[in-house]
Amino acid sequence: MKLEGKSVFSGIAIGKCKVFGKKESLVKRNKVADTASEIKRFSQAKEQAKGQLALLYDKALREVGEANAMIFEVHQMMLDDLDYVESITNMISSQGINAEFAVATTGDNFAEMFAAMDDDYMRERAADVKDISNRVIGILQGDHSRGELGDEPVILLADDLAPSETVQLDKSKVLSFVTRHGSTNSHTAILARTMNIPALIGVDFPEEAEGKMAIVDGKKGLFILEPSQEELETYRELRRQEEHSARLLQELKGQENITKDGKTIQLYANIGGVGDVASVLANDAGGIGLFRSEFLYLESQDYPTEEQQFKAYRTVAENMAGKKVIIRTLDIGADKQVGYFNLDKEENPAMGYRAIRICLDRKDTFKTQLRAIYRASYYGNISIMFPMIISVDEVRRAKALCKEVEEELKCEGIPFSDVELGVMIETPAAAMISDLLAEEVDFFSVGTNDLTQYTLAIDRQNPKLDAIYDPHHEGVLRMLRMIIDNGHKGGCWVGICGELGADVTLTETFLQMGVDELSVSPSMILRVREQIRKSNASI
Amino acid sequence: MREFVYTITDAEGIHARPAGLFVKEAAKYDCKVTIAKDGREVDAKRIMGVMSLGVKCGQEIVLRTEGEGEENALEELSKFLRENL
Repeated sequence: MKLEGKSVFSGIAIGKCKVFGKKESLVKRNKVADTASEIKRFSQAKEQAKGQLALLYDKALREVGEANAMIFEVHQMMLDDLDYVESITNMISSQGINAEFAVATTGDNFAEMFAAMDDDYMRERAADVKDISNRVIGILQGDHSRGELGDEPVILLADDLAPSETVQLDKSKVLSFVTRHGSTNSHTAILARTMNIPALIGVDFPEEAEGKMAIVDGKKGLFILEPSQEELETYRELRRQEEHSARLLQELKGQENITKDGKTIQLYANIGGVGDVASVLANDAGGIGLFRSEFLYLESQDYPTEEQQFKAYRTVAENMAGKKVIIRTLDIGADKQVGYFNLDKEENPAMGYRAIRICLDRKDTFKTQLRAIYRASYYGNISIMFPMIISVDEVRRAKALCKEVEEELKCEGIPFSDVELGVMIETPAAAMISDLLAEEVDFFSVGTNDLTQYTLAIDRQNPKLDAIYDPHHEGVLRMLRMIIDNGHKGGCWVGICGELGADVTLTETFLQMGVDELSVSPSMILRVREQIRKSNASI
Repeated sequence: MREFVYTITDAEGIHARPAGLFVKEAAKYDCKVTIAKDGREVDAKRIMGVMSLGVKCGQEIVLRTEGEGEENALEELSKFLRENL
């Protein structure tokens, strides 16, 4: 039987099915005489549930990051919600019923309210209320799980999985998730994605699937129950290929980024926060080629202080243990807005008041960041690059501020190390004058996303233009060649840190152009390394 | 009683995570804090109620504070809304 669903993570799984039963364990309505102690029993169960959720939060934080873990903090808040708690305690005291039944009824009422709302995301909240209520009921009843997994890894089938259930599952026992409900934005889907296992939603599997063989094709969104011998063979072969390439990538760890004809280049990672450093190291990047410093400003309610910034930069520099860390100075404006900067709304923000334009205007803010970076430089190997440059004058003014900061720190007796300075080449103007810019700085890093958007005059945010947005446009590639040549003539090394850097169909072209560094997302490092090792740098 | 009218600009609207943050913030003040959408008013210190409004991006809400410290609470909470939602 072939069933279609929506894929939330690709990959192939072959194995036996396990239907995860609904946990709507029957809750009986009982009369209770001592309602005060019944309320106390509920309160204790609620506290215990919160304790469990706090542990789950920590587990999720480690495994899937803060943004995804946040749901468990919200669950704790929901358990403390007065509407919810009062409904339960009122029911116990006014009707003289057991806590289990009061929790189940209240949970159902709230879930119905959310489920009735005209909004996918809010419907997910119905699942959340049920999830927390079932947790409390489970504690009250003294049982803890709704289905134990055996020793053999299985394809897990469920109506829906609560986020807490997903996190609690023993990942070595689950080959794939298949659910009837859920949306691609559900927490479960997000968790499956971060766990790297194939997952499908919206598959209306039959209950009889229990214990039967099945194939999950996460690429095509197919669930094949009781596959034919032929299908099994085909998919086993596909899975072998997948495993082979995964293994190959593992083998590439610790290897050099060297072409067949012996040219070595640097392969660095792009990061957006301190938390990303772990995956940079896990994927064996040689350094950080783009550290987007915006997160410090976006996550904060007010201007982050020098001390706050210093700590973040220092942590990254120390964790990278002497490997290069290139910090891009603040790039807000355009699609990244920060309230306390009080920026005006603009007609055309991509070409508006952003990045270095703001920084050179608001020197105090800029200098706070530069001071923090210079102070952190003492603890590792830090470089600075300036975004959105269009003129030599801007670079000179930014450099003058760096000089000021150096002088100040010297006077104050605060230690710092040599900091290489570079510019992002992401405007056609910067590309055209890259020969002049090369005289001013130590390196270039090409931001291909903006460079392409400005060169082609195509707004990246406009989906109508997707069809003609060609990142391989000859105009962009010629510009890239020119930037690299001009950089080298002026003594700069030249890297690419935009999305194009991870485009393996262009890796050989970049190498032949003479690029010195590619900076890509951590998960692409080994894939690009593989491509470099297959390429020739000379034509 | 003080009032502040605000249009949500966060793409996600006041969903789970932002709702959690907002409720936490509102709980810091002693005075009564409510938010209302389309005439339906809920206690801003209770997450289920706030989530049940299902406020989406572009929708207008009315924030009200009443009681001791209402002025300060309104000022801080409207600042929070502008910066986070």
